[in-house]
Amino acid sequence: MSAAEHAAGPANSTEYITHHLTHLKVGEGFWSFHVDTIFMSVLLGIVTLGLFYTAGRKATVGVPSKWQAFVEMVVEFIDTTVKEVFHLDRSFLAPLALTIFVWVFLMNAMDLLPLDLPGKVAALFGIHYWRVVPTADANTTFAMSLTVLLVVLFYSFKAKGAGGYIHELFTAPFGSNPVLWIPNFVLNLVELLSKPVSLAMRLFGNMYAGELVFMLIALLGAGVFTLTFGSAFGFFGQVAMGAVWAIFHILIITLQAFIFMMLTVVYSAMATEHH
Amino acid sequence: MDINATLLGQMLVFGVLIWFSWKFIWPPLTKAIEDRQKKIAEGLAAAERGQTELQSAHGEAQVIVNAARDQAKKIVDQAHKREVEIVDEARSTAMEEGKRIVDSSRQDAAQEKSRARDELRKDVASLAVAGASRLLQREIDPKAHADLIEQLAREIEGAKA
Repeated sequence: MSAAEHAAGPANSTEYITHHLTHLKVGEGFWSFHVDTIFMSVLLGIVTLGLFYTAGRKATVGVPSKWQAFVEMVVEFIDTTVKEVFHLDRSFLAPLALTIFVWVFLMNAMDLLPLDLPGKVAALFGIHYWRVVPTADANTTFAMSLTVLLVVLFYSFKAKGAGGYIHELFTAPFGSNPVLWIPNFVLNLVELLSKPVSLAMRLFGNMYAGELVFMLIALLGAGVFTLTFGSAFGFFGQVAMGAVWAIFHILIITLQAFIFMMLTVVYSAMATEHH
Repeated sequence: MDINATLLGQMLVFGVLIWFSWKFIWPPLTKAIEDRQKKIAEGLAAAERGQTELQSAHGEAQVIVNAARDQAKKIVDQAHKREVEIVDEARSTAMEEGKRIVDSSRQDAAQEKSRARDELRKDVASLAVAGASRLLQREIDPKAHADLIEQLAREIEGAKA
């Protein structure tokens, strides 16, 4: 569970952390892919959709099974949350919010797996690098936030029409005087682009930092096999702090999934409001 | 932060997930929830209706029971009245009957009494004649002294009375 077990692996802490932060990558330059990120996110996506799909297919009007009750509870919770913020037809936005919440939650939850376990499993298949938390990869979070930006733009055009939206870009918030067109537009552009950036960076930063803290805690017990007082102290430190951080992290992964979902709904709701 | 084509791949993945969730996951789940809500609402309404019906049935039953009670009371009263009537009737009949019996026996007794008196009178006459004959030591013709004897018998009767 710790660096000490990396007997044949990294020689020191720097190498251990660097190793853990390296993606399994194919391709060169921009046209390269993080195989681990894509694999894990697709796998968790299939798990998410599969579980919910079976619940939906077996859904009965009568007394629900425990799993169906749980799924319905999640659905109801998200539907209520969306309904409170977004007042138009939510037949698309609500399932979008559900997807974000559950998928992001599961991807974040990979952070709670024992730090070296995925690497060990990957090593069985002859793979040397395997990062298991897709949301600790900025590619995932930016992919999601840019998709959300597209959704927000779609709702803007839908609610105001192309002319109305472009008109608003140039005339709000300062006024319709031609002199103010440029400042209005610049401000709106910044506002629009800050949304995906803040969404993506918030989730990425939280998960990346969380992962890093897990690595640092794991390093505490690295010297346990030297059997000195210091190494024993370090080992107990690893156990205690690892437990505390993992418990705290349960809150963080849920909260971050909820925040991502909530902000998506809020941005969509803002897009449909007229200035 | 290493942004590369993974971003495009992830956008594609995310898009597919959203589409699938939108088309195949959300509708059946919300439909099941809404249908159940409807069913529960119907059940609650039915329960309420049943409650109201039960209440009205209770009221009706009370009315019927009250009517039956009144009827029973009326019948009992009538029976009481009839009983008193029958007893009165029987009493008056019995009294009449008793009076009739007493009258007839009184009549009988009077008849008997007068018959006995006549007989007694005859006996007194013959006794008087016999006594007188013995006293006079000779035969007395009862016919010749009938008036005398008759007068005597009447005196005796009068003294007795």
